[in-house]
Amino acid sequence: MSEHIMSSKFYYTIWIALLCLTVITAAVSFVDLGPFNTIVALVIATIKALLVVLFFMHVKYTSEKLTKIVIVSAIFWLFLLLALSMADYATRLLS
Amino acid sequence: MLSDSPVAVEQHGPELLHHFADAEQQRDAASLGMWLFLATEVMFFGGMFCAYLIYRYWYYNEFAAGSRSLDIWLGTINTAVLICSSLTVALGVRAAQMGKRKLLVILLLLTIVFGFAFLGIKGVEWYDKYKEHHIPGNSFNVDDLVKEYPQIHIDPRHEQIYFSLYFAMTGLHALHMIIGVGIFAFLTFHAWKGRYTPKYYTPVEMGGLYWHFVDIVWIYLFPLLYLIDRKPLR
Repeated sequence: MSEHIMSSKFYYTIWIALLCLTVITAAVSFVDLGPFNTIVALVIATIKALLVVLFFMHVKYTSEKLTKIVIVSAIFWLFLLLALSMADYATRLLS
Repeated sequence: MLSDSPVAVEQHGPELLHHFADAEQQRDAASLGMWLFLATEVMFFGGMFCAYLIYRYWYYNEFAAGSRSLDIWLGTINTAVLICSSLTVALGVRAAQMGKRKLLVILLLLTIVFGFAFLGIKGVEWYDKYKEHHIPGNSFNVDDLVKEYPQIHIDPRHEQIYFSLYFAMTGLHALHMIIGVGIFAFLTFHAWKGRYTPKYYTPVEMGGLYWHFVDIVWIYLFPLLYLIDRKPLR
């Protein structure tokens, strides 16, 4: 994690982007997209989370490889928890 | 003292503890430890998100009706409040990197103000749920929702599961916010005392990582609890 000071303008840009995405996701929730409402909302949430992790939490520019491995594994374990649980519950009615 | 030791034995104090080779290694170690802690937090909240997904899959009608009873405007405002607090945190870490003491104190205080604003709005929402008898327990009553959505079948027991998860998830998140405000009060005090310099601002950075993480949890709670079931019910 070497010294790397971003300009304040950079942080304001990320902030504006996050606020715009919040307004968009709230507005889209009133439109009937069928099953895509959930997908759109979660995709927007993931874009927002990525902006925060990469730029506000300085993962993009200053963190070292070991830290990145920890982050990726955290997401991977969460994926295992959700995917394997849902694989059980979503297939129970099939039998 | 060993003369060929790579460790700076003579230097002590927060700038460089004696078991680290240099300041960069010390910062990397702190950052790695913080991210490991956040990984455990991901799993901590992950269990609740998993429970929410399973029950929403089973009791879709009740979850949709419960979600629509939340105030989407207060939810959106609270999301914006948290995003603003994340901005002040990011700018605060920058101020610490540049050694601007006054600016750092102001930004940390602003973060605390945003934190209290979030908790206040959350409190208003919880009080509304209390007035509507939507808090799980003896006085739990969803006759209003049954009347409002005659086109779907609402089982009060399943509706109670939605609100149990709502209060557990937002409550756990609010607890993290309260702890975060405590951490930032600590940071503000030490920043005001001038303890953080461009050479040593690790606590500000680690506190910032925690705050951003709590923000990310809300970024997911907001669509899952408030947004995804707003479309017309059939």
